[in-house]
Amino acid sequence: MPGNSICVKKIRVSDYILTALIYVCSIISILLLLGIVGYVFIKGIGQINWQFLTTVPSSIKGTFGIAGNIVNTLYVIVITLLIATPVGIGSAIYLNEYAKPGKLVRLIEFTTETLSGIPSIIFGLFGMVFFGGVLGLGYSILTGALTLTIMTLPLITRNTQEALKTVPEHYRSGALGMGATKWYMIRTILLPSSMTGIITGVILAIGRIVGESAALLFTSGSGFLLPKTGAGFFNKIFESGGTLTIQLYLCMSKAQYDEAFGIAVVLLIIVFGINMLTKYLASHFDVNKKNC
Amino acid sequence: MTKNSIIGSNKTKSTVEKAAQAVFTTCAFFAVLAVVSITLYMLMNGTPALFKVGIGEILFGTSWMPTAKNPSYGIFYVILTSIIGTVMSILIGVPIGVLTAIFLAETASKKLAAFVKPAVELLAGIPSVIYGLLGLLILNPLMYKLEIMIFKNSETHQFSGGANMISAVLVLAVMILPTVINISESSLKSVPEQYKAASLALGASKIQTIFNVMLPAAKSGIISAIVLGVGRAIGEAMAISLVSGSAVNLPLPFNSVRFLTTAIVSEMGYASDLHKQVLFTIGLVLFAFIMIINVSLTRILKKGEKSDARK
Repeated sequence: MPGNSICVKKIRVSDYILTALIYVCSIISILLLLGIVGYVFIKGIGQINWQFLTTVPSSIKGTFGIAGNIVNTLYVIVITLLIATPVGIGSAIYLNEYAKPGKLVRLIEFTTETLSGIPSIIFGLFGMVFFGGVLGLGYSILTGALTLTIMTLPLITRNTQEALKTVPEHYRSGALGMGATKWYMIRTILLPSSMTGIITGVILAIGRIVGESAALLFTSGSGFLLPKTGAGFFNKIFESGGTLTIQLYLCMSKAQYDEAFGIAVVLLIIVFGINMLTKYLASHFDVNKKNC
Repeated sequence: MTKNSIIGSNKTKSTVEKAAQAVFTTCAFFAVLAVVSITLYMLMNGTPALFKVGIGEILFGTSWMPTAKNPSYGIFYVILTSIIGTVMSILIGVPIGVLTAIFLAETASKKLAAFVKPAVELLAGIPSVIYGLLGLLILNPLMYKLEIMIFKNSETHQFSGGANMISAVLVLAVMILPTVINISESSLKSVPEQYKAASLALGASKIQTIFNVMLPAAKSGIISAIVLGVGRAIGEAMAISLVSGSAVNLPLPFNSVRFLTTAIVSEMGYASDLHKQVLFTIGLVLFAFIMIINVSLTRILKKGEKSDARK
């Protein structure tokens, strides 16, 4: 009998069963997750070479490459962010700094939530009808980018809003107290101190764009050619262009599994990179935490 | 506006101020505008077919032959497949996800959790087509073997080559895992430390504490994790479009099936006229489901806040 216990320890069978269940389930999910990444890398890493990354598919030479798709992905990312970032930040500033709590704010917040919950296939249908049909842009990179703008807007808005909320209240009262106008205060105090959060939102948006496929299938099409130099460089946005994920899907449906795995590895590396970058930003540039 | 500013009288400055506020207000309305126009366009494109074919015939018809000479557009099986597929994948994915979250938040050593948590976060970001690729190359061959074993002597069974309901459900279950794990874990972590301490001090074992104190306290977080999982499962298209097969059937385990999403993805490319309009009706049905899920999610979150406040 141990001295520090007044009764014999009770053995609970259910405790053991539940503990076992917890461990079994965790092992299942951890193995699954590691297995997915490992399997893709093993199958696809052999596909990656210079030609795969820097050429476009050629039926004459019978070679395959994803250079065109990489360029298309970059186009979509840049155009989407050019529109979504200012609008998203502006919306967050309004919600956090200008708006008074009430029905209007609740409506805007509800719609932002709703937007982030709508599945990408619905965005795809809407983009196809509205940007492609009503605005007459057809299957083009611009249509795809505009569709993704709506999709990534809530992501940027919410991250900026969170970042603005962490800026201490006395920054605001200090600046206003010294006679700064509101816009001046936002421009010189609030935005710089919430820059990390904003950048995190933008990077998360890039991740979402890179991984998106259903919203792009019927909006940006499946072109795989590189843009021409000169004016063609700009005109490219009115032509169809498939991103990496679209090409992966097309390869899959044509049963070109080796190429598909090659693209999957490229995508995984990008996702890894984005993840590391957000982690690094969050831990190294958090101005507010260090100084307060 | 000018009350607390000593330079408010400066005319140009106040114009800039007003312009800035106007710009930010406009930005904020983009989200409202987007939701309103998406709703509008889905209704505009989705309803004509309902009246042309007949509401009952579309929603409860069981025969889907859009390209036949006498086409019929019944999407009942498609709706049923989406509902049953989502429910099944939630039934598989949520217990595993919640128990893993318990493991990460409570029982795992700090080192292990520090390694597993980023891995889970990473998986939430993996493009859905990659899940589809793996399902197609790993699950489908396995299912085909199983199918041959089970239906060896059956004469009525249509062989699906492994692209069937089970494969799709498993892919969906894996896809919702990261979402469920992440949100459940953070809601378990936010349970006040003294709840746990009090329970342990009263003599409850660790497991009893977790299941009788921690889980009920984290209830609203876990429910919203499940609702988000439902949203992700019902809206997923690309991952399951090749895995689930390509025929509209009753959602039995070994049948090749079509979900609401996969019907749109695989037929929109070549559909025209009425067929295309019916596909938009399918989109509208999906949109209706998602809106119901969204509204119930906001309800749950509000309820959670209220009960937190009461404590």
